[in-house]
Amino acid sequence: MRVPTLKAAILAATLSLGLAAPATQAAEGHVEVPNTEFSFDGPFGSHDRAAVQRGFQVYKEVCSACHSMYLMSYRNLRDIGLSEAEVTAIAASYQIQDGPNDNGEMFERPGRPSDRFRRPFPNDNAARAANNGALPPDLSVIVKARQGGADYIKALLMGYEDPPPGVTLMEGMYYNKYFAGHQIAMAPPLTGDGQVTWADGTQATVDQMAHDVSAFLAWASEPESDTRKAMGVRIILFLTVLGGLTYAVKRKIWARVGGDPVT
Amino acid sequence: MADTLAPASSPDLGNAHGPEQGTKRDFLKLVTGSFAVVGVGAIAWPFIASMNPAKDVLALASTDVTLDHIAEGQAVTVMWRGKPVFVRHRTAAEIEEAQKVPLGELRDPAPDQSRVQREPWLVVVGVCTHLGCVPLGQKPTDPRGDFGGWFCPCHGSHYDTAGRIRRGPAPSNLAVPEYAFRSDTQIRIG
Amino acid sequence: MASGLHDSTIQNPVIRWVDQRLPVFTMMQKEYGTFPTPRNFNYFWNFGPLAVITLVIMIATGIFLAMNYTAHTSMAFDSVERIMRDVNYGWLIRYVHMNGASMFFIVVLIHIWRNLYYGSYKSPRELLWILGVVIFLLMMATAFMGYVLPWGQMSFWGATVITNLFSAIPLVGNSIVTLLWGGFSVDNPTLNRFFSLHYLLPFVIAGVVFLHIATLHITGSNNPLGIEPKGPQDTVPFHPYYTAKDSVGIIVYLIVFSVLVFFTPNYLGHTDNYIPANPLVTPPHIVPEWYFLPFYAILRAVPNKLGGVLLMFGAIAVLFVLPWLDRSPVRSMRFRPIAKWFLLLWGVNFFVLMWTGAMPAEGIYVTIARLSTAYYFAYFLVILPLLSKVERPLPLPESISRAVLRGGGHLHGAAATAKPMEKA
Repeated sequence: MRVPTLKAAILAATLSLGLAAPATQAAEGHVEVPNTEFSFDGPFGSHDRAAVQRGFQVYKEVCSACHSMYLMSYRNLRDIGLSEAEVTAIAASYQIQDGPNDNGEMFERPGRPSDRFRRPFPNDNAARAANNGALPPDLSVIVKARQGGADYIKALLMGYEDPPPGVTLMEGMYYNKYFAGHQIAMAPPLTGDGQVTWADGTQATVDQMAHDVSAFLAWASEPESDTRKAMGVRIILFLTVLGGLTYAVKRKIWARVGGDPVT
Repeated sequence: MADTLAPASSPDLGNAHGPEQGTKRDFLKLVTGSFAVVGVGAIAWPFIASMNPAKDVLALASTDVTLDHIAEGQAVTVMWRGKPVFVRHRTAAEIEEAQKVPLGELRDPAPDQSRVQREPWLVVVGVCTHLGCVPLGQKPTDPRGDFGGWFCPCHGSHYDTAGRIRRGPAPSNLAVPEYAFRSDTQIRIG
Repeated sequence: MASGLHDSTIQNPVIRWVDQRLPVFTMMQKEYGTFPTPRNFNYFWNFGPLAVITLVIMIATGIFLAMNYTAHTSMAFDSVERIMRDVNYGWLIRYVHMNGASMFFIVVLIHIWRNLYYGSYKSPRELLWILGVVIFLLMMATAFMGYVLPWGQMSFWGATVITNLFSAIPLVGNSIVTLLWGGFSVDNPTLNRFFSLHYLLPFVIAGVVFLHIATLHITGSNNPLGIEPKGPQDTVPFHPYYTAKDSVGIIVYLIVFSVLVFFTPNYLGHTDNYIPANPLVTPPHIVPEWYFLPFYAILRAVPNKLGGVLLMFGAIAVLFVLPWLDRSPVRSMRFRPIAKWFLLLWGVNFFVLMWTGAMPAEGIYVTIARLSTAYYFAYFLVILPLLSKVERPLPLPESISRAVLRGGGHLHGAAATAKPMEKA
């Protein structure tokens, strides 16, 4: 029997990958999340800056009342196409705690681009106390931290429903089709069309807002993603050429002893 | 038939080829080798770049200094980018002394006006330009050197009341950081 | 020549001067230049060099990550995200390191499979094999501790569960766990020591790899036929033949690696590890990294705590004695018509174990895991010893060069004019 060699190796590798990851996903037991088409899907996809900017506005005007993004700084907004002046203005619109000053007191000052996004609550316990005991999760890496990523975030934002018959909701809970266990403490955040007003004139439907804020959160979770994919394409092209050359050299060398025997 | 095979384990390391074949292969090897060298070089770059200041370090907050509590003749030290910055409220005598020095006497000639934005306020990075010690002269009890400015205890550099090097091993004046007056009583460094 | 100097054959006067005093160049030429290597390797023999390359990649990226990582429970998670966001190319270095762990295991598992299939563990290469198993164990320890460092939920709970395994040891179990933790739960002292050991162990691995290769160069390599080379016609010098062939494998490997790093960097990870560690909340499904899944399945297949732990470690321990369990004189499965099928089944069974390890430990999955576990051990402890006695191997070829001629039928002389066939 001729033993499959490289093919078998690749097959074995893919098999092990293919088996392991979907298996872990299957174990989660969530409702199947509908697939949303995002501009950043796939190996060649990249972020749509306009959508990400609109999404930031949704975060700023809606989500940030409860959800922190403490890994983000205002300066990061330069990367989604805001100008330096715009970023400085956004930062300055927040009061950031600083200090202690010369008298040993903490004080508030307008934000600077180098400041982290202001947290809505000083600490987790304050956040819980203000939200019926539930902690609104930080959103800095939320898309990396949830099965289904941006698809899931969008589905969750759109997934509020009346509970099906026979389901009794606990005090202060809402029914959400896509949330694990279906009872979520977050009130439906996107309440109606026109909740935000976008400067670019895009119609702020609930669907559009959910889409754009998911795009923003996806960017915030992996701000390197566009650079990464572009670099990946170049590197793989380079390696393919180098691989072809190396293979040719190898053939030439083995030709001296009559070729690489297949045994 | 084994005897048709080359004695392949001979120490000959790959010169057993005709001239024609050799040229083609050598060219191929050269191209492949160059590609590989480019690849290895490209791999090194991210590692080297990662040791340069990160984005958050580059964006590090500027420092605000309130001036109204610094009496004439006194100085404060503030931290900026991990380094001390000296903010000195100069007396009229000190300003005059700094201004009347002929430029020719200076090792690193710079007129006093080029060192300050407003005459009473001298802002310099408090790091000796010799080997990076912090000069003395901020506290009233400190020695201020022979020229009334600062004195570096490590190797004996003397700075004047404009932060210029006057004596000792240091090659240049104390650096003036980028700063701006936000109001009459406040500056922002950086 | 001055007395006491090594007799160097190197021409370049500077290199020669060094070589006479420290004959590393002579050694390199002997071990990697002229080293006679069987001429019939297939691409499975690439995976040893690939493992070395991966170890180098892991150590290089790891050193640069350590420059920016903070081993403290309150800062570890944030420092990793800072590497991803603010450090120049930090995301690249971190993703290479993170996926490199998976690539390392893929490579080493295939490398182990190759040994099982071609009987490379048999005399005289028993020690070579044992050192390999030691490397595999060290790799698992290193990978486990490395996974704790980002201090996400899976880091924390993985560390908790795995360290708790040691509590199964009678009498002293709990004291050992307290010792491992440096406290009464997985906490800052644990994180600090794991970081320290995670930095140390790769260098220990590198040391054992050196011994592994030194051993290899005493016995020489096995080959797909499993018969020893009988003369120069059966071998080629390592350079340029296998340096060239290994280079091809390395490039293909880097392409696969790049696809993972640049396009699906988090595919093999777990989303819960992007949630900062919370000692008060256990994630609903704790799943180890994929390369631990088969062993995790064995652990869970046993209803008894101590029994499960013993069996899990036994799954590795049995590999140490494999050379003495399989007494068949024939190495390559190619000439073992019965054992081959049992081994292939063992390979499939390994994936079944991996799959059950990812499934919840309930219902049908437990049954499957138990059957798979039974077969995992039965293959080594029952089937191989038995087959050594009853199996009738196929006739072995006289020599490598003969087999090459007969098997391929397309081998030409050294001065070949016809186009050589090349199949991988």
